Amino acid sequence: MSQSNQPNRLRQGGRIDRARTLSFTFNGKRYQGHAGDTLASALLANGVDLVNRSFKYSRPRGIVAAGAEEPNALVQLGSTEAAQVPNVRATQQALFEGLTAQSTNGWPNVQRDVMSLVGKLGGRFMPPGFYYKTFMAPASMWMTYEKYIRKGAGLGRSPMENDPDSYDHLNQHCELLVVGAGPAGLAAALTAARAGARVILCDEQEEMGGSLLASRELLDDQPAAQWAEQVISELAENDNVTLLPRTTANGYHDHNFVTLHERRTEHLGEAAPTVDGYRLTRSRMHRVRAGQVLLATGAHERPLVYGNNDVPGNLVAGAVSTYIRRYGVVPGNKLVLSVSNDHAYRAALDWDEAGREVVAIVDARRHPDGELVEQARARGIRIIEGSAVLEAKGDKRVSGARVATIDAAAFKVTGQAELLECDTIASSGGYSPVIHLASHTGARPTWDEEILGFVPSLVKGVHAAGSARGVHDLAEGLADGAAKATEALAALGKSASAIEPPRAETIREGEACALYQVPHEKPTLRAPKQFVDMQNDVTAAAIELATREGFESIEHVKRYTAMGFGTDQGKLGNINGMAIAARCLGRSIPEVGTTVFRPNYTPVTFGAIVGRHCRELFDPERYTALHQWHVENGAEFEDVGQWKRPWYFPRKVNGKLETMDEAVARESLAVRTGVGILDASTLGKIDIQGPDAREFLGRVYTNKWAKLAPGRVRYGLMCKDDGMLMDDGTTSCLGENHFLMTTTTGGAAGVMEWLELWHQTEWPELQVYFTSVTDHWATMTVTGPDARKLLSEITDIDLDREQFKFMDWRNGKVADVPARVFRISFTGELAYEINVQANYAMHVWKTLFEHGKKYDLTPYGTETMHVLRAEKGLIIAGQDTDGSVTPEDLGMFWAIGYDKPFSWIGKRALTRPDTARKDRKQFVGLKPVDPKVVLEEGAHIVVDKDQPIPMDMLGHVTSSYYSPNLESGFALAVIKGGRDRMGEKLYVPMPDGQAHEVEVVSPVFIDPKGERQHV
Amino acid sequence: MSDITYGKVATFNTHPDASIPKESPLSVAYNTGSVPAASSGSGILFKEQAFLGHLILRGGAIVLDEAVRKVLGISLPGQPLGLALDASGERSVQWLSPDEWLVIVPGGEELDVEQRLRDALGDAHYAIVDVSGGQTLISLEGEKVRELLMKSTSYDVHPSNFPVGKAVSVVFGKSSLILRRPSEERYELVLRRSFADYLYRWILDAGAEYGIGVQR
Amino acid sequence: MFYIHCPYCDEYRDEEEFHPKGQAHIARPEDPESCTDDQWGAYLFFRDNPRGIHHELWVHAIGCRKFFNITRNSASYEILETYRMGEQPRFSAEHPEGKSVETVAAEKVAAEAGMVAGQEGVKA
Repeated sequence: MSQSNQPNRLRQGGRIDRARTLSFTFNGKRYQGHAGDTLASALLANGVDLVNRSFKYSRPRGIVAAGAEEPNALVQLGSTEAAQVPNVRATQQALFEGLTAQSTNGWPNVQRDVMSLVGKLGGRFMPPGFYYKTFMAPASMWMTYEKYIRKGAGLGRSPMENDPDSYDHLNQHCELLVVGAGPAGLAAALTAARAGARVILCDEQEEMGGSLLASRELLDDQPAAQWAEQVISELAENDNVTLLPRTTANGYHDHNFVTLHERRTEHLGEAAPTVDGYRLTRSRMHRVRAGQVLLATGAHERPLVYGNNDVPGNLVAGAVSTYIRRYGVVPGNKLVLSVSNDHAYRAALDWDEAGREVVAIVDARRHPDGELVEQARARGIRIIEGSAVLEAKGDKRVSGARVATIDAAAFKVTGQAELLECDTIASSGGYSPVIHLASHTGARPTWDEEILGFVPSLVKGVHAAGSARGVHDLAEGLADGAAKATEALAALGKSASAIEPPRAETIREGEACALYQVPHEKPTLRAPKQFVDMQNDVTAAAIELATREGFESIEHVKRYTAMGFGTDQGKLGNINGMAIAARCLGRSIPEVGTTVFRPNYTPVTFGAIVGRHCRELFDPERYTALHQWHVENGAEFEDVGQWKRPWYFPRKVNGKLETMDEAVARESLAVRTGVGILDASTLGKIDIQGPDAREFLGRVYTNKWAKLAPGRVRYGLMCKDDGMLMDDGTTSCLGENHFLMTTTTGGAAGVMEWLELWHQTEWPELQVYFTSVTDHWATMTVTGPDARKLLSEITDIDLDREQFKFMDWRNGKVADVPARVFRISFTGELAYEINVQANYAMHVWKTLFEHGKKYDLTPYGTETMHVLRAEKGLIIAGQDTDGSVTPEDLGMFWAIGYDKPFSWIGKRALTRPDTARKDRKQFVGLKPVDPKVVLEEGAHIVVDKDQPIPMDMLGHVTSSYYSPNLESGFALAVIKGGRDRMGEKLYVPMPDGQAHEVEVVSPVFIDPKGERQHV
Repeated sequence: MSDITYGKVATFNTHPDASIPKESPLSVAYNTGSVPAASSGSGILFKEQAFLGHLILRGGAIVLDEAVRKVLGISLPGQPLGLALDASGERSVQWLSPDEWLVIVPGGEELDVEQRLRDALGDAHYAIVDVSGGQTLISLEGEKVRELLMKSTSYDVHPSNFPVGKAVSVVFGKSSLILRRPSEERYELVLRRSFADYLYRWILDAGAEYGIGVQR
Repeated sequence: MFYIHCPYCDEYRDEEEFHPKGQAHIARPEDPESCTDDQWGAYLFFRDNPRGIHHELWVHAIGCRKFFNITRNSASYEILETYRMGEQPRFSAEHPEGKSVETVAAEKVAAEAGMVAGQEGVKA
């Protein structure tokens, strides 16, 4: 055993395992602690006072608290680059063998800090906005300063290597979620569990039990921790109860959705261990949907705000008790305790029992008289009444406390100060219920003058019990937990009887007094720094200055000073800050406003937020039935929505893989001169059946459907009711009352929902049903002058041009597989779209290639598809249109059924004044005068290239490619009054100052009469 | 011809006469992904029941119920989220919405079932659509299945909320699927073809902790 | 994340299964061609944005794919009710505590009677 190496470790006591010694490294130095320690308790045991430098002033800082509220002891964990974890509170990190930690702040190191010079350069006081006010002029130099200031100031850093660990999510449901396993939480969980409810009990600490683990009180005549153990073991045996220790409820979202962050392996090592060949997930996000939520989150003790209250050796009183009773660590030798209440006297009693000297208890009250006060007096501890610690002495450790009588109400020092020699100052200004989660719901907390703290306002389905609502007495808290659990279950219509709480002794406590900032002989602005928010380095003087500068709302003061920002979320400081603002403004605390806490309560690692939604599972990848062939044949893929579509198929030419331009040139020539094949399976397909199917099509499409006969196909435009194009595609008549609609790949789900919307909300009387068959069919487009020859080799369908015309469909067999073949063309060439049941698609595709060899059947991807369709002036909805383009703007008058009897969706809007304007942007083609130029998609088009900025913009390029068939760049565009500008020369200015000259032409560049697709 | 016109609606026999190699929606996953073998230690067994007949049935419950009972011997589940199986367990009818059901039958039976239903339904307004190529059925067994589902879907899969005889369409990972509880021991998933590979990888990743095995 | 009761599936599901579709009870004018530009513009573009009780159209997109309405308080996010297409809400800005079940039933009877009368009118 290495007790001697741990000067502050007591010989006995605490819940640590003294038989297990663990080594760890802090700031490069090795230390030892025990299993059951937190990093903070182990550091204190080793007498490490200085754990960090402060954020703004770079002041030396030590450990202040023992839990989530710790503002200073933020460390960076990790012995290797990949294991780096920033912003861990040493008070929440369990010690494990080999733990390696560093101070978050302090450069080059925490003992000798460059930034403290900046603090001194800035003078005695760096006001809010100091960095901006000081370094922003000249603005050009900020970049230089910033690098060093950020390096000096940062709050930890991210790892530069991949995290080897994995994380996940678990979706949970329960009737009652109890947050916090202290006395109230345990009583509540037990009440609900015994009533047979589905219960989740979570607690952020290593061990459940909360304050009971360090309590002086007895329950049923046994140590309180023993009662906690009995309750926890009963709960653990109940199948309806899920116990989640090391789990912080970090966010309270709408409708009782609470996110819990469970640290599953953080206490075991810096990487998750492997069990049975499987590496455990490091941490886990529980996404809990709770019927009712009970907040038993306890309270945070408020430190008093006095001069130099941030020097290492200043702690909150309760933390002193926790370190002594739970970890067997007494963090100093000579204690001065400064209090406003009885409860905190426990710290002095514990310190005294640990065998160290209590120099004095400085009580702000004139006549403290509670039971604990009597006990302290009985032990001969000096109690200085009506007084407070004005200021701590010392630099890197407290060396003394200046104490004087004060008039708290008048905010005045009334007596002569006395200097008490000590190395530790513990303070307590009262207890703030932990209302963060209740506040996440948007409910503003209310000030309770009796407990001198905010209590949570509760939205529907939320309950609070125990200290979380200001019931601090142990016996009352236990009963409150049980009672609130029955209330919560009653809200679910479930009856439960409250458990009989264990018998607790009642300790009579005297009334506390209100004390936040302790007055000093000097005015606040000239007194030694009195810290309110230590994490963000916000002082009482900063708040006073903010109020003088005109910030009256606490929300504004908070933003100006940064109080309660970031990961701190005002746990220790917010109430003190509000009290100071209230004093300066001459108002009461609730008049200054209430404070809002936001998720997350404590930092959550990105891994837990992401879960398994990362790497290859980041987003779904949708594959067609032919995907594997594409992979095996070297396709480059393009993401189209979630689909992976072949983009182009580069070939090896002279040992070198083609570029995209080379591959696209080859592929598009093959389609225009031979035959190509495209996997078009991603197009949306909707089966439409019913006697009113035809009527329905007539209402949702702009064109006419009344006479489309079985065996025929028609192209349709679909608009929203504002007249703007939303999607397009072909629809085939399969039977008199039966149609197959196709949609764009990206529009499939939206069109399906659109059809259902109109059917369900406007025209439920129409007898029609829609069913998605996108995934059922695989679609292969065989296109090019040789398409007929190729297909005829493997089909029994009569492909004669008179029998099977353009815009016909037929069925039969292709490669022995039943198929529906549609003679439609998106390339302008002869084309057949072969549809087979997807399970058979690969066979058909491969058979096409066996027979296609002699025609050099060329697979092509989306890029070539785009070039070929653009050469024909065929639009892509969503690329050439953007929700502001009507069918008339596109010049597609032939697809608009002006005289249809029903006022189809979009029709009425076409005659609105704005839609009928003559100078609307219209769809045209653009030909660069220099054929080598390929315009940028999205580029603007102007008349006068020399016009000064801002130029008058006529429109923009929607699609642009190089065409190997035209041997020129070409583009599609929308231009104001474009159809009347044919032949005009316009300009496309580029960011580099150049402007490309273009000619406005018809959007159809190839085969304007459409002869090729009819062959 | 593959199309047979029933009145004014066309049905289609998708299956070839000849023996043609078929590929299930999981073929890419099987061919290129990992396929952990099932063992006695597998906490979860994953098994695809490929190439079944899947039909979407649309119409009013009263109209459809009689035809379904006549053709399949199953009462149409009229309550929301109901799942009913025939005595053999090979044929099932699942409630999808107030006017939509999913019928799953042994592979190759779907056209026959469709035609017999159409015969039985006569002139009523309804729709039947073959979607067999577009989806596949997975069965999951093992003591850890529920936990795997909890990792994957926000739906409450606790037996009190998801008993035998229930089936739901849910978000799963970042995709969606149909989740069914045909028996105490077994859960079923109906995956859409294009999402099958993603879902397979998700399930394997989430199940690795429990030694998930794939039975082929 | 909302927890929404689907009136067709008859159970609560997470918001991720639903799509919001804007304000509820926006009926397409019976005869668009006879609408003035102002009337058509109001139908297309103008929506309420109250702080408080609001009726919204949603669809159970991953689920039964049915559209339905939600009465929701836009300040507290509380969902007061969900109801099927064609049904009227119990809760509204005028009736924040909800109309009684009896009132709702009586209104339904009156509406149905009105429909019958209307049909007879057409026949006549």
